[in-house]
Formats: sequence, structure tokens, C-alpha cells
Amino acid sequence: MGSLESLWHDITAWLPHVQLAHFLIVSAVLFALGIYGIVTRKNAILVLMGVELVLNSANINFIAFARYGAGNLDGQVAAIFVIILAAAEAAVALAIVLNMYHRFQTVNVDEVSSLKE
Amino acid sequence: MAPDTLLTLAIATLLLPIAAFTVVIFFGRRLPRQGDWLATAAITFALLCSLAILFAKISWYNAETLALNFTWIDFQNVPGIGPLKIVLGIAIDNLTAIMLAVVTLISALVHYFSIGYMAGDVRYSRYFAYLGLFSFSMLMIVLADNLFLLYVGWELVGICSYLLIGHWYEKKSASDAAIKAFIVNRVGDLGFFIGIAILFMTFNTFGLKEIFEGTRLGTLPFGSQGWLTATGILLFCGAVGKSAQFPLHVWLPDAMEGPTPVSALIHAATMVAAGVYLVARLFPLFTADALLVIAYIGAITAFIAATIAITQNDIKRVLAYSTISQLGYMIMALGVGAYTAGFFHLVTHAMFKAGLFLGSGSVIHAMHTALHHQHDHQTDAQDIRNMGGLRSKMPVTFWTFLVYTLAIAGVPLTSGFLSKDEILAGTLAFSGLSGHLIIPLTGFFVAGLTAFYMFRLVILTFLGGHRDAARLEHIRESPKVMTVPLVILAFLCFFAFYSFNPIGAASGWVAQAVERPASVVPAAVAAPPAGVFEEALHHVHGTAMLLSLAVAGLGILAAFATYYWRKISADDVARALAPLHRFLLNKWYFDELYQAVAINGTLAFTRAMRWFDNTIIDGVVNGAGWATKGTSFVSGKFDTYVVDGLVNFSAYLSGFLGLVLRKFQTGKVQTYIIFAVLGVMVFYFVFRLV
Repeated sequence: MGSLESLWHDITAWLPHVQLAHFLIVSAVLFALGIYGIVTRKNAILVLMGVELVLNSANINFIAFARYGAGNLDGQVAAIFVIILAAAEAAVALAIVLNMYHRFQTVNVDEVSSLKE
Repeated sequence: MAPDTLLTLAIATLLLPIAAFTVVIFFGRRLPRQGDWLATAAITFALLCSLAILFAKISWYNAETLALNFTWIDFQNVPGIGPLKIVLGIAIDNLTAIMLAVVTLISALVHYFSIGYMAGDVRYSRYFAYLGLFSFSMLMIVLADNLFLLYVGWELVGICSYLLIGHWYEKKSASDAAIKAFIVNRVGDLGFFIGIAILFMTFNTFGLKEIFEGTRLGTLPFGSQGWLTATGILLFCGAVGKSAQFPLHVWLPDAMEGPTPVSALIHAATMVAAGVYLVARLFPLFTADALLVIAYIGAITAFIAATIAITQNDIKRVLAYSTISQLGYMIMALGVGAYTAGFFHLVTHAMFKAGLFLGSGSVIHAMHTALHHQHDHQTDAQDIRNMGGLRSKMPVTFWTFLVYTLAIAGVPLTSGFLSKDEILAGTLAFSGLSGHLIIPLTGFFVAGLTAFYMFRLVILTFLGGHRDAARLEHIRESPKVMTVPLVILAFLCFFAFYSFNPIGAASGWVAQAVERPASVVPAAVAAPPAGVFEEALHHVHGTAMLLSLAVAGLGILAAFATYYWRKISADDVARALAPLHRFLLNKWYFDELYQAVAINGTLAFTRAMRWFDNTIIDGVVNGAGWATKGTSFVSGKFDTYVVDGLVNFSAYLSGFLGLVLRKFQTGKVQTYIIFAVLGVMVFYFVFRLV
């Protein structure tokens, strides 16, 4: 536990030094992972999960800029909106995926291409 | 009888035949008897009118000229000419009055004769309609007091002649003859037309009286006496064509393809005499030189035609050449200045030549009927070698034919003796005055030839034996409607109708009524005046009469010796003079000459023109075509390769671009997202660098 305590100490000691850049780095990593998920996955559910990651990376940016930049609550409010929106989006998208499955017996986005040709 | 009545009668004479023509041509086929009675009645009334005119004119208005005219067109004031009016009208002098009677008399007799001769013809009513039109046209020539109406009538008789020669146009030879007559007449009429045009340019009028008066006062065409002579000769060209004078005589023998009564009316008595009438009408206008040309043309024609007539075997052709020869006589008479004799011969010739043609028509009619009975369609009904001995079967035709023949041969007590004697005396007087001895020599020689070939015709047709006894049995005398006109004409061949003195016409009413008009040309170029001529005539009259009797007697004797008593063999003579005989039999090769020169020349010319047309004109047109074709070919290639190439290239480019860009349109959202992200990254770097 000693090491754990020292780690915590280190973190608390470091926390005041956390800067805007750190948040942006996390957000960027998250964004990149989200995009990677969207682009590479064939499963519609996984694609939706990628989209969630992208949305949350945007949320981190909102909050980070609100904390370190503007100094007001506008960013937080926007983040709340995004969360609500993401929930709604997930609901709708999952409904679509269910329908899609119901119809094509698959959730593979590459195979659902009845508009093409 | 007042002058107005006379003129009214003249207009009635003129209009009756045209009225009959109008009715018969349109309604002839619906009228009873196809309207022949209407045409005949009209011309009979015209004959009565003209006889009344003749009688009244000679009796009461002997020295006057009755005229009636109206302004046809008034041009008012024409720039460069002055007031210009075209006045048309009719005039009756003694010449006209006599011609009126002659024309209507012959026409009426031909109408009656045609009723018998043309019975059952396919175009019976049209035939009578054309006879009416012809009579009208001929009367117009006779009555016209101006060259305009005269020319209209002149062309109308030409077309009637054409229509009637071609009456049986199903026959190739008939339609050819009609066309030949028309075209040959065109040649002469061209000269006539130019002559009229020159006179109109000079005097601004068509009126004969005005033209004579203007010439007398010294106005000359183009101000020259040479042109006056030339104008006279040009006007004479019309007469050369119409009266079948050398060198335009070739149409008349062929015109015998028409029905025989037509030959009698048009091609013997009246239309062909129109040329003589024209020369008589325009007589004051001719200079001595022009008259000399006229005299020589007449003499040459008389000689050529008489020599040809000797050798012909077709009864109508002999008469046709005889007509040409006698017309040459009249023209020659006018040319030498024997004006009265020339016109007198026109009148007497009209009677006996119309009679000869009608008589030959009667013979041909009988021959046709006989051949028809025998079902013989090979034998020529007009060839005198197939005739002979018809005298016993056709007494009326024979005796009348004999009378006409005596008249044309110039046997005393006939009208022909009077007129021919006057002409021969005139030629003698002329040669005495001017030294042209060839003209009287030709005249006397032709008189002998005429007697010879006419008696040859009579002997071969009516005397001797018939070749085919069975055929002779079928020969019948023609019906009354045909023989009565023959008898009337035969009576009119006696001297007493023209002069009570059987050996001199000078005291007769015709010679008294028709005096040679005074010349209006300048004295320097005029022929010897009438007085001088009369003086010379007086001296030679007795000589001429004896000589003409001698040559006529010789001709008749020769004919009897050769063809009746057979003392001289015609075949031996023909063999002895073979080249001459062939030359005459082929009509002096005039047709061949015209074929070679005029027709082939024209054809060669048209061929040359066709070559020019085909090569040069068509070449230019085709060249233009080729040029256009070439240009459009180039332009087409330009279109295909350059314009279309550009259009196709742009289409191809679009297609190619589409092909390339299609690769990006995968339809997969994920791909788009990659592109979007990559794009944003690109933009980031691009804008950062900037």
C-alpha cells in the first residue's frame, strides 16, 4: 500500500500542475480512438460506440476550455446538451439498428446497401 | 346604192363566214347534218353580198375607193415620234371588189362540192368550220386597207392552210405536209414582217394610203432609195412564201395531202393568189429594181414548176405544179408591169384551176369508190397511170375538165387565152423596153409546156383505154352537188364573162376596172410609167397573140402525138434524156437540197448547240456542283473530326473523370469519414503552412 499511497501523493502533487494541454491530449486520443472505431468496425453497434467516443472527446474539450479558457459555465452547459443529445442519438440509432437487424438479419454496415444499385 | 350600204355589205361578207365558223366549231356535231348547211348558207349569202358589191362598185363608184376605218389604239403623244394612232379599217376599190367576188364564189362552190366529197368524213363538221375560218381570213386580207389587218389575215389563212392540209392528220405524210407548209411559209413571212416593220418605223402608220402618200412626198425608209427597193423585196418575200414562188415553192406540192376541195380553194384559187394580190396591192411601192426581181422570180418559178409538171404522175401533183407555174406567171406579169394582165390572170386562173382541182376531186372520188368496191387497197387512186377512159363513165367531169384545160392552155374563146395573152404581150413589151429577153422567152416556153402537160393529164385520165376493165365498170359520175359547181366554173371559163371581144381583154370590164396604179417611188428608181408601157404593149400585141397560139397549139399537138396517137414514145424520150428526166422527176432535187442545206444545217447547228450546252454550260454547272461538293466534303470532315472531336473529347474527358471519381463514391460512410478526416488534416497543414 505504501507505493499506492506514494502514487496518490504524486498524483495529488501533480494535479495542480495539470494544464489545458493535458485535457486536449486526452480528448484528442479519445477522438482518434472514436474515429478509428467508426472507420474500422463493421458492426453497427461498435460504430455507434465510436461515435459516443467522438462525442465525449468533444465534451472534454468543452469542459476543458470552460475551465481554463472562458471561466464561465457555458462549456459545461454545452457538455450537458451533448450528453442529452448523445442519449437521444443512441436511442434512435439503436432503434435503427434493431430495425436493420430485423430486416436484413445482420448488423454489418457493409452488407446493408440496398440503395446502391 | 349608197357607199354606206356597200360598206355594210362588205362587213356582212366578212363576218358571215366567221359567224358560221364560231357556231359550227362549237356546236357542229350537235347540229343536224353536222352544220354543213349553216356554213354553206353563210358563204352563199356572203357570195350574194359580194356580187352586189361588185356590181354596185363597178357601176356607180368605178373610180372611187370606199373606206371605213376606226382608231384601234390611240397612243396620244409618244416621245420621239409625236402623236401615234393605229387606225384599222377596210377599203373597197375595184381590185378588192373583184377579189371579194372571186373568193366568195370559189369558197361557196367548194362548200357545195365538199358536201358530196367529204360525206361520211370523220371530222366533217370541223372541216366546214375551218372552211369558214379560211373564208373569213381571206376576205380580211382582201378588204384590209392597212398592213396590220392584212398581216393578221395573212397569218390566219396560213394557219387554216395548216389545219386543212393536216385534216387527215392520222396519215404521217399529211401531218408532215402541214408542218412543212407552215414552216416554209414562216420563212417568207419573216421577210414580210420585217418589211411591215420598216414601213411602220418610217411612216408611223399601217395604212396603205398613208404609206403611198408619204412615199410620194419623198419620205423613204432610212432616207435611202436602196432601202425602198429592199423594203419592197422584203414585202415580196411574204408573197414568195404564200404564193409558192421559187425558192419557197416546195410546200405546195406536198400540200396536196389535204382534201381535194381544200386544194381547190386554198392551194389553187385563193390563198396562194394572196401573194399575187399582195404584190398588186403594194404595186405603187415597188421600185424598178424590186419589180425586176419580182419578174425574174416569177419567170424562174413558172419555168421550174412547168418542167416538173411534165414528169409527175399524181393527178393532184401535176395540178399543184401547174398552179405554181401559173402563179409564177402572175408574179412575172406584175413584175414586168403588166398589172392588169397579172390580176386578170389571177381571176381567170382562180376559176379554171379551182375547176381543175374539183374535177380531179371528182375523179379521185370515183376512183376511190371503184377501188373500194373491188376491195383494192393497193392501187393509188390519184395516179394517172391507173386511170384512162373515164370519159364515157364521167361525162360531166370530163367535159368540164376539158374546158378548164383549154382555158389553162390558152385556147381562143376561153378566159385563159385572154389573160395569158395579155401577160405574154406584157413580157414582150417589157423586154422591148428593158432588154430582158429571157423573160418573154420563158413565158412562151412555159405556155407551150402548160398546154403539153395539161393535155397529157386529160388524155391519160379520160381518153384511151382503162387499165382494168372491171374497175371501169364501177366508176360512177359524181353526185349533182359535186357536178353542178363544176359546170358553173366551166361556164366562167368563157371569154364573154370578162370581155366581149374574144381576142382582146383590154376592152373588157375587168381590164377597164383594174388600172395599173401610178408608182409613188422617186422617178429616178421607178419603172417606166404606164403610158410608155401601154405604148410598147400596143406594138407587140399581135405578135404575142400569134406566138402564144402557136406554142399552145404545138404543146397540144405534142401531147396528142405522144399520149393519144402514140407516134412518139414517152418512154423512149425519157430514156434518151435519162439524166434530165430523173432531174425533173425528182423535182430538181429541191427537197433534197433543202434537206441537205436547211434541215441538216439546222440539225448540225442544234447539235453544235447541244454540244455547247452539254459541255460548256453543263460543265460550268457541274463544276459549280463539284466545287460545292468538294467544299462540303472538307467542311464535313472538319465537322466530323474537329468539331465532333472537340465535343467527343469533352464527353470523353467527363467520362474519364467520372470513371476516376466514381472510385471515391463507394457509398460507405466510413470511407467518407476517412476522407473527411484526411481532408481536415490536409487543410490543417495547408493553412498552418500558409
